[in-house]
Amino acid sequence: MSPSSTLPRTLQGDTVANGEEAEQITAWALPDRGKVAVLCLFMTEFSLFSIFVVAYIFYIGKSLTGPTPAETLELPIWATICLLSSSVTVAIAERALKSNRIQRFTIWTGATILLGLEFLRQTALEWRHLINDFHLTITTNLFGTTFYSLVGLHASHVVIGLSMLMIALVLGFRGSMRGQSRRFELLSWYWHFVDAVWVAVFTVVYVIGR
Amino acid sequence: MATTTYNPQTIAPTSPASPASSGVTSKLHEWVVTVDHKRLGILYIGSALFFFAVAGVLAALMRAQLAYPNLHFLEPDVFNRLFTMHGTSMVFLVGMPFFAGLANYLTPLMIGARDMAFPRLNAFGFWIFLFGGILLYFSYIAGPGLAGHGSAPDVGWFAYAPLTEKAFSRGTSTDYWILSIILTGIGTTASAINTIATIISMRCKGMTLARMPLFVWIMLVTSSMVLFILPPLTAGQIMLLLDRFLGAHFFDTQAGGSAILWQHFFWLFGHPEVYVLMLPGFACASEIIPVFSRKPIFGRAAMIGATIGIGMVSSGVWAHHMFTVGMSPASNIYFAVASMAVGIPTGVKIFNWLGTMFGGKIRFDTPMLFCIAFLFQFLIAGLTGIMLAVAPFDWQVTDSYFVVAHFHYVLLGGLLFTLFGALYYWFPKATGKMLSERLGKWHFWLLVIGFHLTFDTLHFPGMLGMPRRIYTYAPGRGWEIYNLIASVGVIFQAAATLCLVWNIISSLRKGKPAGKDPWDGWTLEWSTSSPPPEYNFAVEPVVRSSRPLWDLKHPEDPDWRYE
Repeated sequence: MSPSSTLPRTLQGDTVANGEEAEQITAWALPDRGKVAVLCLFMTEFSLFSIFVVAYIFYIGKSLTGPTPAETLELPIWATICLLSSSVTVAIAERALKSNRIQRFTIWTGATILLGLEFLRQTALEWRHLINDFHLTITTNLFGTTFYSLVGLHASHVVIGLSMLMIALVLGFRGSMRGQSRRFELLSWYWHFVDAVWVAVFTVVYVIGR
Repeated sequence: MATTTYNPQTIAPTSPASPASSGVTSKLHEWVVTVDHKRLGILYIGSALFFFAVAGVLAALMRAQLAYPNLHFLEPDVFNRLFTMHGTSMVFLVGMPFFAGLANYLTPLMIGARDMAFPRLNAFGFWIFLFGGILLYFSYIAGPGLAGHGSAPDVGWFAYAPLTEKAFSRGTSTDYWILSIILTGIGTTASAINTIATIISMRCKGMTLARMPLFVWIMLVTSSMVLFILPPLTAGQIMLLLDRFLGAHFFDTQAGGSAILWQHFFWLFGHPEVYVLMLPGFACASEIIPVFSRKPIFGRAAMIGATIGIGMVSSGVWAHHMFTVGMSPASNIYFAVASMAVGIPTGVKIFNWLGTMFGGKIRFDTPMLFCIAFLFQFLIAGLTGIMLAVAPFDWQVTDSYFVVAHFHYVLLGGLLFTLFGALYYWFPKATGKMLSERLGKWHFWLLVIGFHLTFDTLHFPGMLGMPRRIYTYAPGRGWEIYNLIASVGVIFQAAATLCLVWNIISSLRKGKPAGKDPWDGWTLEWSTSSPPPEYNFAVEPVVRSSRPLWDLKHPEDPDWRYE
C-alpha cells in the first residue's frame, strides 16, 4: 500500500495521531526577515569593502611616480564630523517615526540629508583640489588608482543612502510614512553601516596611509 | 482529506487575468512574471540544464580537436575561446543556478513555508542571472567591438592579469566576460540573501534548527559562504573594469600594479566557490541516501558540524592554486596543511553516508545509483586533491591535465552525479510524473562509463607532462592513446545526456503519475501534492522531529520520542 494515503492528518493540525497530547508550541517567534536580509547585505558589503581596503593597504608606497598621500591628503575633519553626526540625526528621526511624530521625523530626516550632502560636497571639493592642484587622477599612479576607487566606492554608498532617505522624506511630507517605522529602521541601519565603513576608510586612507 | 475543507482560492488568490489571450502566450506570460519560488526554481534549473548542454558541446569540440596529435580541426584562437566559455559557463551558468534552483524549489517546501522570504527579489535574482548568461554568449556576436579584435572571451575562466589588461586583450570580449560575471554574481547574492532570510525567518511551527533537514542546513551554510566569497570576485572585476575603461593600474604591472594580487582575489573567491558548488551536491546526497537506505542519516549533528567546518576551512586555503608563483616557504606550508585539513570534515561526511547505508535496506533506484557512484568518485577526487595540496607535487603537475582530471572528478564525478540523482529524486515532486527507471539506468551507466573513460585516463598525460589549454600536441610523447580514449569517452557522455533529455521529454508527456510520495520520503515536501499547489501547504504544518513524515506514517513509533 502506498504510505501516502495515510498522510495528511496530523501535519495539518497540532494533534498527534496516536492520541498523545500535542506538543504545545505557543511561543513561535522567528527573527524579522527584513532584518536578517539587511544583516546579510552588510556582511557581503563588508567583504566587498575589505577587498578594496586590502588593495589600498597593499599598494601603499608602491607608486612608481608622485604625488604621494603625504604630499596631497589633508584630514577631512569637517566631513567626518558631518557624516558621523548624521548617524545621530537619523536615529532621532527613527525614534520620532516610531512614536508617530511625523513632523519631527521629517525635520530630522531633512537634517540627515543635509549632513550627507555636505559630506559629499566636501569629498567633491577634495577631489577637485587633488585633480586641479596636484594633477592626481585615477590614471596617475597606484595611489590615485586605489584612493579614488576606495573613497569613490564609499561615496557611491552614501549616494544610495541619500537617495533612499530623500524618498523617505518625500513620503514623510506626503504623510505616507506612518506605520513604516520598521522599514525606516532598516534604512537607518544602512546609514549607520555607511558611517562605520567611513571610519575604516578614514583610518586606512588618512591615518595609516599618510 | 483535511485539505479538501479548505478553499484554495481563499488562501492563494490566483493571478489576475493575464492580458495575453492565446494559450501559449498566456502561459509564457505567467512564467515571465512569476514570483513563485517553485516556478523560479524550475526556471533556474532549466536554464542550468540548457547552459550545461551548450558548455558540454564546447567541451566535446575541444575533445575532438585533441583526439589525435597535430589535428587542425579548430584554430588555436577558437580553442582559447572554447575553454574560456566552457569553464565560465559550467561554473557561473550551470553550477551556481543549479544551486540557486534547488535552494529555491526545495527550501520553502522542506521548512513548511509558503514561499521564499522575498519573492520579488527572487525573480530579480533569476532574471539578472539569465541576462548575465545571455550577455556572455552575446559576445560571440558583438565581441569584435570597434577595434575589430577578438570574438568571445579567450582569457581562461580565471583570467590571469595582466593578460586581461587593455594592452593584451583588445576589443570588447573581456568586458563582456567581466560584466556577465558581475551580473550573475549579483543574482547569486540576491538568491543567497533570500535563502538565508527564508531559512531563519520562515520555518513552520516546531521546525527548530535542530530538526531542520540536512539539505536546508547545507543550503544555509552554502548561502552564508556566498555572502563572503563572491565580493572578492566582484571587487576584482570592478578593479579590472576600472583598469580597462578608466586607465587605473590595479593589475597593470608596467605601472607597479600586481598580477599576483588578481590571483589572490580570484582564488579567494575561486577556492571556496568549489565548495559552494559541491555543498549542494552533499545536500542532495544527504537527503537521498537515507531514504534509499531506509535509515535515518547517521551522525546528523556531525554532518552539520562537518558542513560548517568545510565552509570555514575552505575559506582559508585559496593560495594552494598559486604554489608556483613563488610564495614564501611559510605560506606554502600553511596552505598545504590547511588544504589537507579540508579532507577531515569531508571524510566525516563520507563515513556518515557509508554509515547510513551500512545495514540499511538499500533500494537501487536511479537516484541512489547516482549517489553511490558519487561516493566512490568523490573519494578519488578528494585523494588527488590531497596529492595536489602537497606543494612539491603541485610544482610538477600544476597546469597539467592531472589538474584538469582532478577538478573534473570533483565537479563531474562528484557534483554532477549528485545533481542528476537529485533530478531523478525530485522530478516527480516538481512535475507529478516519474522519470523512466529504464532510461534512467541507461543514462547512469553510459555516464559512468563515459566519465571514467575520459577522466581516469586524463590523469596520465598530465603525469607525463601534457599542459592544459594547448590546442594540439606533437606525437611521440606517449600522450596519444590517453587522449584518444578520453575523447571516445565523450561519445558515451553525450549518449548519456541524450538519454536524459529523452527521458525528461517522454516522461513529461506520458510518464507514470508520481503521487504525493513516490519514494516513501520523510521530509515535508512529500506531504503535499505533486506538483505542489501555488501555496504549498493548505495548512501550515507543525513538526516535532527531524523526520516529520515518518512520525505521521508511524504514529506508533514516532521519531520525536527519541530526539
